[in-house]
Amino acid sequence: MTTKKVWVVGLATTVMIAMLLLAGTPSVTANDQPSGASADVKIDNFSFGPQTLTVSVGTTVVWTNRDDIPHTVVSTDGVFKSKVRDTDEKFSYTFTKAGTYPYFCSVHPKMTGKVVVQ
Amino acid sequence: MTNKNQDLIDQRLQDFNDDGVDRRGFLKCMAWAGTGLLWTLSGGIPSSRAFAKSHGHEAGKGGDFSFVQISDSHIGFNKPANPDVTATLQTAINKISAMPHKPDFIIHTGDLSQLSKPSEFDTLDQALKGAVAKQIYFVPGEHDMLTDNGQEYLQRYGKGTKGSGWYSFDHKGVHFVGLVNVANLKAGGMGSLGHEQLEWLEADLKGRPASTPIVLFAHIPLWTIYPDWGWGTDDSEQALSYVKRFGSVTVLNGHIHQIMQKIEGKVSFHTAMSTAFPQPAPGTAPSAGPMKVPADQLQRVLGITDVNYLVSGSSLAIVDSPLGDSSSSASGSGLVVVDSLFG
Repeated sequence: MTTKKVWVVGLATTVMIAMLLLAGTPSVTANDQPSGASADVKIDNFSFGPQTLTVSVGTTVVWTNRDDIPHTVVSTDGVFKSKVRDTDEKFSYTFTKAGTYPYFCSVHPKMTGKVVVQ
Repeated sequence: MTNKNQDLIDQRLQDFNDDGVDRRGFLKCMAWAGTGLLWTLSGGIPSSRAFAKSHGHEAGKGGDFSFVQISDSHIGFNKPANPDVTATLQTAINKISAMPHKPDFIIHTGDLSQLSKPSEFDTLDQALKGAVAKQIYFVPGEHDMLTDNGQEYLQRYGKGTKGSGWYSFDHKGVHFVGLVNVANLKAGGMGSLGHEQLEWLEADLKGRPASTPIVLFAHIPLWTIYPDWGWGTDDSEQALSYVKRFGSVTVLNGHIHQIMQKIEGKVSFHTAMSTAFPQPAPGTAPSAGPMKVPADQLQRVLGITDVNYLVSGSSLAIVDSPLGDSSSSASGSGLVVVDSLFG
């Protein structure tokens, strides 16, 4: 009984380690195979939240404008550029390459954010 | 506030240009005027003036004229802060028509529309057709440049302008310059004029006598009011260096939907109320978003700006009037101005 329980715990630990390892691997394999995951950035009170978002390659990031004022989501390096987004309108972009993507609102350029893709 | 501080302020208020004008009295006068932040520029030096007395009988002298500044109409905005911005614009236009003197022209300092939509510009045009002054000068706000680099705006309002819509004109001896500081904004920055426009401005002002009164107008303030909210223009100092030699410079801006003013040497800065919705005083809210006030108070925080140029004193008098009842809370705006000047 005691031996069996230890074995189960041991197996569970092994599985967990395997899962953790797998979770770490997409940066190697997922460049041409999007994970299909998505992550949200909310625009509230003239700011992007979270200001820095870290996702894995293949993730689709969805920005939602929750202000009464229109905003845009524009990559500082020209990678992506939304149309103007009015209240409750969304913009999404799928990140297929690892890297750091700074962006801002071209209407209110004090609003800046960053997506880190691993 | 301690007495010492109050003394200091009084000292600064009194005669700080050695022109014999009691600043404290001047500021009281503003509060007394209620709606009216009133100031006059005499040879570039601000002095107080009782608007009610000076108006009327001095108007109409040869060369005297007035114009009206309106700003931030945001046609298309329909959120709770003002569900009917077309109606409040119409109220502003009616107020201009009801003025005892007819303004020579109107200046709109930007954010005509909410989303740069053709239908929004159409609505604005339709409303402005009813204005008593037929000549209207525009500069764009950031809301007017949201699509196609502002092509819709430029086709309608930018004929004969340079670059993203800047230009100058002369009227009865006063030189007016409309500047654009809402185009090609850079991440992390505030408003921006850009190199090309600054070069043009320098050339435009070159050779003009220093006695020419200058009026600069642009959407975002050309002085730094609150950088955290982007309420300023990154390269405005360069622009202002070109007007330093002139005896009287007036800078008219919008964007912040409230009255602010500052006097720096011979340059007077002034921002106008919106015709659409108010915005919070700097730092008093989580963001600069539209401020909701009770419906019956909305018209007290919206308004127009009347600018009178009097040849006799080569002076400009600027009077802000809320759309609503003039005996209301607008003196509160005066206090905000005092804070921003001397706080």
